[in-house]
Amino acid sequence: MTIKTVKDAINDALVQSFEEDKNVILMGEDIAGGKGREQYQGTQDAWGGPFGVTQGLYTKFGGERVRDTTIAEAGFFGAAIGAAMTGLRPIVELMYVDFAGVCFDQMMNQAAKVRYMFGGKQKVPMVVRTVVGAGFRAGSEHSQTLYSLYTHIPGLKVVAPYDAYDAKGLLLSSIKDDDPVIFMEHKRLYMTSCEVPDDLKPIPLGKGRIRREGSDVTIIAIQRMNLFAEEAADELKKINISCEIVDPRTYSPLDEELIFQSVKKTGKVIVVDESNPKCSLASEISSLISEKCFSDLKAAVIKITAPHTPVPFSPPMEDFYIPSTKKIIDAVKKLKDV
Amino acid sequence: MIEKKKINWIYKKIFTIRFFEERIKKIAKEKTVPGYLHTCIGSEAICVGVMAALNQDDWISSTYRNHGHAIAKGCELNEITSEIYGRKTGICKGRGGSMHISDFSKGMLGSFGIVAAGPAVVLGAALQEKINKSNKTCVSFFGDGAIHNGAFHEAAGLAKLWDIPMIFVCENNGYAEATATDWHLNTKELSDITKAYDMLSYIGDGNNVFEVYDITKKAINEAKQKNTPIFLEFKNYRFSGQYEGDTQLYQPQEEIDKAKQNDPIKLAKENSSKYGLNKNDLEKIINEAREEVDKAFDFADTQPWPQPEDALEEVYVNYPVEINR
Ligand SMILES: Cc1ncc(C[n+]2csc(CCOP(=O)(O)OP(=O)(O)O)c2C)c(N)n1
Ligand SMILES: [Mg+2]
Repeated sequence: MTIKTVKDAINDALVQSFEEDKNVILMGEDIAGGKGREQYQGTQDAWGGPFGVTQGLYTKFGGERVRDTTIAEAGFFGAAIGAAMTGLRPIVELMYVDFAGVCFDQMMNQAAKVRYMFGGKQKVPMVVRTVVGAGFRAGSEHSQTLYSLYTHIPGLKVVAPYDAYDAKGLLLSSIKDDDPVIFMEHKRLYMTSCEVPDDLKPIPLGKGRIRREGSDVTIIAIQRMNLFAEEAADELKKINISCEIVDPRTYSPLDEELIFQSVKKTGKVIVVDESNPKCSLASEISSLISEKCFSDLKAAVIKITAPHTPVPFSPPMEDFYIPSTKKIIDAVKKLKDV
Repeated sequence: MIEKKKINWIYKKIFTIRFFEERIKKIAKEKTVPGYLHTCIGSEAICVGVMAALNQDDWISSTYRNHGHAIAKGCELNEITSEIYGRKTGICKGRGGSMHISDFSKGMLGSFGIVAAGPAVVLGAALQEKINKSNKTCVSFFGDGAIHNGAFHEAAGLAKLWDIPMIFVCENNGYAEATATDWHLNTKELSDITKAYDMLSYIGDGNNVFEVYDITKKAINEAKQKNTPIFLEFKNYRFSGQYEGDTQLYQPQEEIDKAKQNDPIKLAKENSSKYGLNKNDLEKIINEAREEVDKAFDFADTQPWPQPEDALEEVYVNYPVEINR
């Protein structure tokens, strides 16, 4: 057992995948860094992406497989599709998910549809690694989560791990998966850590996780929201309210069964999602529960989300934007009384 | 000959931007300010030279590296600083931050954080100017890295097709993040890419504010006369990292040292007597610039924070559930 940060766990999964399969390649902007300055010692691999997640890969595996790109997302995302269809397993880095707009067509209309639309003869085994999340004072164009943007598209798988264990296990699976996977990494979680076994097996996509067992209220928490859910559960335990925390981990496919089981047990549900509320994962999960578990519900499902605004820059407003432990506690207390 | 008033303005602005950015570097180190900070040390001559050729109500777009553009375009120093500090009295009421400093009333269409988002927006403003037969100049600022992005190319193609007299200003500062320009270019000169659109282009020394001014002024006249877009490439050097906190390990010291010999501020100082400024004049301008910058940072420090709920202003579609507002 080793304690690992999310950042290192992801790097480990990449290294392991590169070693296991020579068809795995990585493309993105400054995923190595220092291109064009090779002649100056020590400048290569200077970045490893803006958060240093891919650092060391270029040095280990070389520029043929670890390719810095120009700022041409539509180009290298499209290239990943063709490379995937013909035998490689490309991983592309979308530096911030907020840049999805400049290369969304590649994912929505090509990657997602190749297998279905062309009669099931081709597959697109590619992974998009991307950085999501508010709380970094990074403003409206570098702080979104946009989970549901991708989840809405049939043909795309969507993964959003919370801790280092899940990050490694799920990335291993995502790279082995034969279909396009959007792998979302939360910038505020990179430096958080937990135990990760060195020989961790891939975690199958579509399997959620009960992060904490409880009996009074179910809290379904998406990615970083698990942090607040756990803090809230700790607080509420002190006043004898027992919370069950469900972390779905992957959103397409979604472990509906795990969610429904918990709902059956508690009959009271809160979904916590950092995204905007309209057409969000929170609203999707909440609607599934209403349809499938109506008779088990003792109260309407409560969604705790960001407001329906862009992410504001200034700290007081951004903190207001992000769902909080307090909001979860208040909601649980409200449900407890029904 | 450039009139005296303009020369004074140029000098004042160029020093103001440098002092401002040096101050930003300082507070970035002290970690007293939230968020990403992209300074433009080394770009002062481009910001000021281009803006010297514009009127206050001409249109520009900028990027996340916008402080110099905003200052040169006439945005209030106090408001810029307050914005960077995240205060309620900031130029975007604290909602934008350093990456999005913009004031429409000063002719800034926006500072966009997405690379290459600006040119097409400026194209639209220029189209409006054309349709309404008004004559405001439209300029989009972007970096060398942006020329690889489709959005730039689509704007360039349309500008040429529609005979739009807008000015594309590409600041070739040697780097796109940690990637050197000489590596990412596919053409000998960056501006060669305009050949695909049969677009006029000129290359200038981005460290020499008067050269930038001259080239821009001529380009604006030519663009309007011929009803055609023009692409300007100004070469300079990004002394700052991509953002404050960047280790800059990939920027070799000898390269930095060489670039320092052409530092735009150094050149401006050296040229000052040629433009009729004596030592005293120069000193006076420098002191004024420094004082104004100091005042702006003092001002920002005392400004109120926004209220949390201020996040809900300017929202024109509300969610019906209270807790999800
Ligand atoms: C579409 C998009 N891709 C990637 C980024 C991340 N990014 C921000 S700045 C930058 C480099 C831009 O370089 P350049 O255009 O030369 O401008 P400079 O920073 O040198 O002024 C990159 C890749 C982005 N903001 N938008
Ligand atoms: Mg550049």
